[in-house]
Amino acid sequence: MDRDPRVCVFGEDVGHYGGSYKVTKGLAEKYGDLRVLDTPIAENSFTGMGVGAAMTGLRPVIEGMNMGFLLLAFNQISDNCGMLHYTSGGQFTIPTVIRGPGGVGRQLGAEHSQRLESYFQSIPGIQLVACSTVYNAKGLMKAAIRSENPVVLFEHVLLYNLKERIPDEEYVLSLEEAEMVRPGEHITILTYSRMRYHVMQAAKTLVNKGYDPEVIDIRSLKPFDLYTIGNSVKKTHRVLIVEECMRTGGIGASLTAAINENFHDYLDAPIVCLSSQDVPTPYAGTLEEWTVVQPPQIVAAVENLCQ
Amino acid sequence: MAHLTRRTADLLKPFSVALSSMRLLTTTSTTPITVETSLPFTGHKIDPPSRSVETTPQELMTFFRDMALMRRMEIAADSLYKAKLIRGFCHLYDGQEAVAVGMEAAITKKDCIITAYRDHCIFLGRGGTLLECFSELMGRKDGCSKGKGGSMHFYKKDSGFYGGHGIVGAQIPLGCGLAFAQKYSKDENVTFALYGDGAANQGQLFEALNMAALWDLPAILVCENNHYGMGTAEWRAAKSPAYYKRGDYVPGLKVDGMDVFAVKQACKFSKEHALKNGPIILEMDTYRYHGHSMSDPGSTYRTRDEISGVRQERDPIERIRKLVLSHDLATEKELKDIEKEVRKNVDEAIAQAKESPMPEPSELFTNVYVKGYGVEVRLLSYIYFIVRYSVCFDFFLLLSAKVTEDALYLNLLTCDRYMLFSSPVSGVVNICSFSCMPCLTVSMMDQGFC
Repeated sequence: MDRDPRVCVFGEDVGHYGGSYKVTKGLAEKYGDLRVLDTPIAENSFTGMGVGAAMTGLRPVIEGMNMGFLLLAFNQISDNCGMLHYTSGGQFTIPTVIRGPGGVGRQLGAEHSQRLESYFQSIPGIQLVACSTVYNAKGLMKAAIRSENPVVLFEHVLLYNLKERIPDEEYVLSLEEAEMVRPGEHITILTYSRMRYHVMQAAKTLVNKGYDPEVIDIRSLKPFDLYTIGNSVKKTHRVLIVEECMRTGGIGASLTAAINENFHDYLDAPIVCLSSQDVPTPYAGTLEEWTVVQPPQIVAAVENLCQ
Repeated sequence: MAHLTRRTADLLKPFSVALSSMRLLTTTSTTPITVETSLPFTGHKIDPPSRSVETTPQELMTFFRDMALMRRMEIAADSLYKAKLIRGFCHLYDGQEAVAVGMEAAITKKDCIITAYRDHCIFLGRGGTLLECFSELMGRKDGCSKGKGGSMHFYKKDSGFYGGHGIVGAQIPLGCGLAFAQKYSKDENVTFALYGDGAANQGQLFEALNMAALWDLPAILVCENNHYGMGTAEWRAAKSPAYYKRGDYVPGLKVDGMDVFAVKQACKFSKEHALKNGPIILEMDTYRYHGHSMSDPGSTYRTRDEISGVRQERDPIERIRKLVLSHDLATEKELKDIEKEVRKNVDEAIAQAKESPMPEPSELFTNVYVKGYGVEVRLLSYIYFIVRYSVCFDFFLLLSAKVTEDALYLNLLTCDRYMLFSSPVSGVVNICSFSCMPCLTVSMMDQGFC
């Protein structure tokens, strides 16, 4: 926001309150109430306003207090955010960033535990990015703000408290690149967002059992970084996808199709996709645990695939 | 005697020429004429402006010409649609021309206008050309949106016309966003967000209005009330069809939308208001002669008598015609000549638009994303290669590739299908086609290529 006076923030309680997850803490004091705009609870309209402002050249960062609330703004995100560059024949660019926390938290209930990446993935014209670490959150956010395209940045409710040392100097990450978390030889595990941590936990167990998994955090949910993924498949010949969104129509489903289409000859086994169950997230703690993929399931899947 | 009459006739001839040339001079003159609007304005929580509007002969003639052009364009679009040159949806604006023309007369091109799908005439008013209009309607590449938008997606960024939107009511929050940007950059301009009586019942209107009023955005919400939301009359859709009052805490003005001077006065008034006090709602009482769109005959929910009655009593072009004639600014014949000229212009534009080619196949994939998105990785070199497509496809792809260490971005120059293939030629190149990517990312399986 220092670098570019056109960057502004829209969202509920982003200003004086500092953001429901404190992401925008301190910004309103520094930049004023117009640049860090506290909106009323009207997702459809303030998303639309953000798109309208972007049409004139401003660069709004629109926050959904919880990603699930952005379903109310679906029309604005899909038709106006995503498609205006195309339907205007290139006259308007919509450099918005739509961000917010999503994913399954700690017993937040079904409506507050939604994963919208699967709903948004078909929208032409937008980019979907999921950050997972402190380092990539900063880099991807910067890249998203600087991008001329509309970017939906998926953050995760449970990852806000992570602490990590990051470089002092400025860095910007590429929005379309996947991250190689742990190189390996036996199997490619593709994951994103919070599941990365479950996968890394499972990886520890797997290493102890003698497996050498290659873990890739795909980060870019649309478009997929098939270059990195392809190279990995070429090396290991086995793929396991671990994701938090639902099985049906999820990111994993699209990724499975993409890998099958492109790298079929390199696969020694069918691609296995571990996703959350196709159910509304229950409130009870044990049930909630079972909707999401847990490390023991990942270990079991790898062992199965590597037989 | 005959000799005398001939001489007087000769004497009179230069006189009459002089008289007519005097009249022609007045059509370009800027001496003010005061006109009264047909009806007084009705205000809601605001004092309405006066009924007296200043105009000039030049402005009157411009109004006549512009509205005649819009009317002719819409009728021509009707014929083109019936000839199946325009497909899909086509929503015509004839009858409502006064709103477009009156609004333009009150504002500058730096002010923004955003509207819904009945946008052809507003586009024209904002400076769009007939060629761009007809080309876009017929899906040709000379269209304002390169043929990719269609009737409902006309835009003209350089003169502040933000479209052109298909989803009812979705343009209202966008309009408030435009007003927000205007307030943000402090540029003393306003935004007119147009919507219909059907959209007046959308929740997002009230959400956006609340925000506009909360932050004093220079937004003017204009309800073009043509009394029918597609096939539903306003009294069947709205508990309170007094749309100018629906803003509650936001002031409103009811305007005779068939009177171009009333529209001009109201827009001038609201621009001043919005810059000082924030949003205002204008309800334009107008009428469309055509049905909702070309697929709607327009007579199942209203009588033909009603339509012809409005045409007789309130037609905006007739009103100007009467004014011009009564002020002796032009003769009937001259006005008819203008209409003929307008018709000629429209026909020429249609002929030119018909010549315009369809967009290139590669245009399918352009403008989905802004090129050069993401962070470009290190550039190594350009490599040109020809890959012969095997299996069942027999076309050559001429590919120019920008090679980087991490990814290859290909621009397919000649290709009418994007397909996945593997080539038996040295180097297996798989082109992964992502839906809607303008550049295809190629992952190099082997490093050698021919």
